[in-house]
Amino acid sequence: MTAPETISTSSPRRLTWARRRRSAAQFWQQYRRNRGGMFGLVVLLLFVATALLAPWIVGQDALSVTRPPGAPLQGPSQAFLLGTDRSGRSVLDLIIWGSRVSLTVGFWATFISITFGALLGIAAGHFHGWISTVIMRVTDWFLVMPSLVLGVALAAVLGRSLTTIIIAIGVTAWPTTARLVRAQTLAVEARPYIERAHALGGGHWHVMSRHVLPNVMPIVLAQTTLMVGTAILTESTFAFLGLGDPTTASWGGTIQAARDVGAVSARMWWYILPPGIAIVLVVLAFTLCGRAIEGVLNPKLRERRS
Amino acid sequence: MAGPADTDLVPHSPEEGVRDRSGLYSTARYVGARLGGSLVSLFAVIVTSFFLFRIIPGDPVDAMTHGRPVSIEQKQQLRREFGLDDPLYQQFLDYLWGVVRLDFGQSFQFSRPVTELIGERLWPTLLLVGTAVAISALIGLTLGVNGAWRHGSTSDRVNTGLALTLWSVPSFWLGLILIVVFSSTLGWFPTSGMRTEGVSGWEAVPDVAHHMVLPVVTLVAVLYAQYLMIMRSSLLDEMGSDYIVTARAKGLRDALVRRRHAVPNALLPTVTLIFVNLGFVVFGSVLVETIFSWPGLGQLFYSGLNVPDLPLVQGLFVFFSAAVILMNLLADLLYPVIDPRVRP
Amino acid sequence: MTDSTVLEVDDLSVTYRSGSGEVPAVRGVSFGIAAGEKLGLAGESGCGKSTMALAMLRLLPKSARMTGRILFDGDDVLDMTWGRLRAVRWAGASIVFQGAMHSLNAVQRIGTQIAEPMYLHEKVTESEAQRRVGELLEQVGLPTRRADAFPHELSGGQRQRVMIAMALACNPSLIIADEPTTALDVMIQAQILTLIESLVSEHGIALLMISHDLSVLADTCDRLAIMYAGRIVEEGPSQRVFTSPNHPYSAALSTAFPTIGDPASRRNPGGLAGDPPDPADLPTGCAFHPRCPSRLEHCSSVVPELWPAGDDTRAACVLTLSDQGRSLASTTKETV
Repeated sequence: MTAPETISTSSPRRLTWARRRRSAAQFWQQYRRNRGGMFGLVVLLLFVATALLAPWIVGQDALSVTRPPGAPLQGPSQAFLLGTDRSGRSVLDLIIWGSRVSLTVGFWATFISITFGALLGIAAGHFHGWISTVIMRVTDWFLVMPSLVLGVALAAVLGRSLTTIIIAIGVTAWPTTARLVRAQTLAVEARPYIERAHALGGGHWHVMSRHVLPNVMPIVLAQTTLMVGTAILTESTFAFLGLGDPTTASWGGTIQAARDVGAVSARMWWYILPPGIAIVLVVLAFTLCGRAIEGVLNPKLRERRS
Repeated sequence: MAGPADTDLVPHSPEEGVRDRSGLYSTARYVGARLGGSLVSLFAVIVTSFFLFRIIPGDPVDAMTHGRPVSIEQKQQLRREFGLDDPLYQQFLDYLWGVVRLDFGQSFQFSRPVTELIGERLWPTLLLVGTAVAISALIGLTLGVNGAWRHGSTSDRVNTGLALTLWSVPSFWLGLILIVVFSSTLGWFPTSGMRTEGVSGWEAVPDVAHHMVLPVVTLVAVLYAQYLMIMRSSLLDEMGSDYIVTARAKGLRDALVRRRHAVPNALLPTVTLIFVNLGFVVFGSVLVETIFSWPGLGQLFYSGLNVPDLPLVQGLFVFFSAAVILMNLLADLLYPVIDPRVRP
Repeated sequence: MTDSTVLEVDDLSVTYRSGSGEVPAVRGVSFGIAAGEKLGLAGESGCGKSTMALAMLRLLPKSARMTGRILFDGDDVLDMTWGRLRAVRWAGASIVFQGAMHSLNAVQRIGTQIAEPMYLHEKVTESEAQRRVGELLEQVGLPTRRADAFPHELSGGQRQRVMIAMALACNPSLIIADEPTTALDVMIQAQILTLIESLVSEHGIALLMISHDLSVLADTCDRLAIMYAGRIVEEGPSQRVFTSPNHPYSAALSTAFPTIGDPASRRNPGGLAGDPPDPADLPTGCAFHPRCPSRLEHCSSVVPELWPAGDDTRAACVLTLSDQGRSLASTTKETV
């Protein structure tokens, strides 16, 4: 912590940083009160840790199809806590390894769609006339088209891989963000100080980057967190439909594999249940975090009258 | 929204007639604009559907004749028949003309007109989706209203938590789990299909209902959360409003304040959202129909994807998108009728 | 108080419970309004005056705790059963809220909204209700057929007229007007004020008008009460309080609105430095002392009460105890 005297004598940049640190601390103070948000955060950190440490926990050779560690389709045992899959690999290892796939796809797809959505949303809200019209038309066009079909077509063109799934989700998920950001941009630009900035000779770039972006960021942040959850859910769907890379161990792919070998009628619960639970936990965690962030940033939701 | 000028206290009788006529004019303009926008969207979708599926690799004729002994000559004959050797613009124009006549060509897989297949499979999907949406809306709206009214209470937190959890569940996985528990283990419900062989007449009604239980439960579980959250937050917004205080000040009991003032106001945007959502739900049933082998559009689409059955997938793509566009249009046109605030 | 007293508030306190503890919004307020009397309640935003309006009919959120007594026709509003309270609401006392746009239900026709309390409290027939809605609209200067209009089809002034018609619907003995003219431009403000004044006089209704605008209240009301930080700091006949205030805060409030055509007020615009205190962290002693231009040494320790200040006026300032209070209005202007 810096003493007050140092703050008052330091440069504007350091002042800004001090202010940011303070508001971050304040944010954390309020976030901590949201129990759902804290639960989500803890679950999330556990999954992130698992994903990062997966190579050390499991080891690449545990996922080998040619030299599997066990016999295929065995029930839970001491050696394989959640049994084995159709090739004889440990289901638990598959789940652990799958967290890498889910989080990677979730983060990258979200990054693409949020970047697209935020930029186009700000542009559509800031510029009037034909630019806004064109952007919103394209947005609407993407909104009405079944994203899964677009994804299927893209996957067919680009080949089955994680990158394909990431691009397919990223390209189809941005319209919602664009709409949200546009609405927020319009609200921000209606404020008097934007007019002042224009009057003082602020150009489009100045107004958008200095005034609109900082005000739109909170909404984007909350949207990002919610979007990762949705992206992970979509990824599992794509994998289940057989659009993913068959050699990577994704959760959706594991469920699909289980269905293919008749795990449903054979009631191999250890094969079907765990990947689904993993998906639910991660998606729920992101959703809870997103809602908690939204709650902190939008005091209207917090301070409702009874 | 800006009201009329603030100084007019004189009853403006001469203007009123003018207002009515201009009202009619602006209504026509509003409807026209929405209709035009929908047509543009539809055209964009049709164009997309044509080019999107051209770029999918794989020879349709190979796919079509898969597993059957055919000569090279026969294949070439087929290529000519389907116009696959024509220049691209010719194919596009033919396609457009076909779409206008609701003709999406012959399915490779079923060797029947795509339109006929869609017409046949439409009803099972409508039955499944309609039932699921009706039940989800009922559950979601009721729980949403209760949650908002007693927000922060234990029941509200439990309901919200449950809804968020179910929302995070992949529908295909939930379907599989339900099959494992209720079909494979308990044997209460059939695993798949829509009806039992040989059951007909009135007896088919309970039979179809029996087949429908698990797919409907799956769809409801993943759908109702959205409705709950929308209704809840929309009602919370309304409850903070000044007119609610006015209603309470008038001496209305809380139940009446809720029923007469808060809920109708909150319901308007919610119902619109549900309506718009309906278009997507039709497509969202692909996974559930596939899991339960429900003979609807979703399952048809899935089977078309795997071949790939180009005309079929193309036709369904246009159909699904058109459903969304149509629902959006209906919502846009209906909203001003039910909500006086947005009347053109 | 006499038999004709409609509303008597006795030592009313309102405290909000919040995450960071208890926040007092109103701290021991007492006043009375006789039938047909018009009392104005003035103060800056955040001084607790809107809380007062809602407290009169127990409309505050659950997080608010109220102590003291609010006697309406001799019955304590704070002790009433829900049934009795609902009967008093609107039929006994009605409210004209500020910002009529949001205080009216946007998706109901205004006729329906005006008629709603009639059906509720008087079991009127439909034709009777329709007739009375028409009458009320005419009384507030709107054509009868506007009953079919939706709120957004009316101008701000017209909506406020609808609010007034609605407040009159059940012939209440008290009308509480909470900033009834704040959102309107000056011309319309004057029209609405004249309308309220004439209607309450005509029907012999008591009026509690709440505003931040002292000049508006002084014009309309018989008596004035000035609130600061949840307390009444001065109370007396309108003209007396407005033209020769006893409390330095009243003085500052009355000079905050320049007298048109008076060069002195143009050269020396009144008003007060600083902001109203945070209700959660009130200054010791007299809550006004940090901003007070005439503060004395012991003001930070002595809590002033409403002491008689002559001419039917009471003021909560130690200056009223001595002779210095008499010349206060002039000294304030110089020191500000």
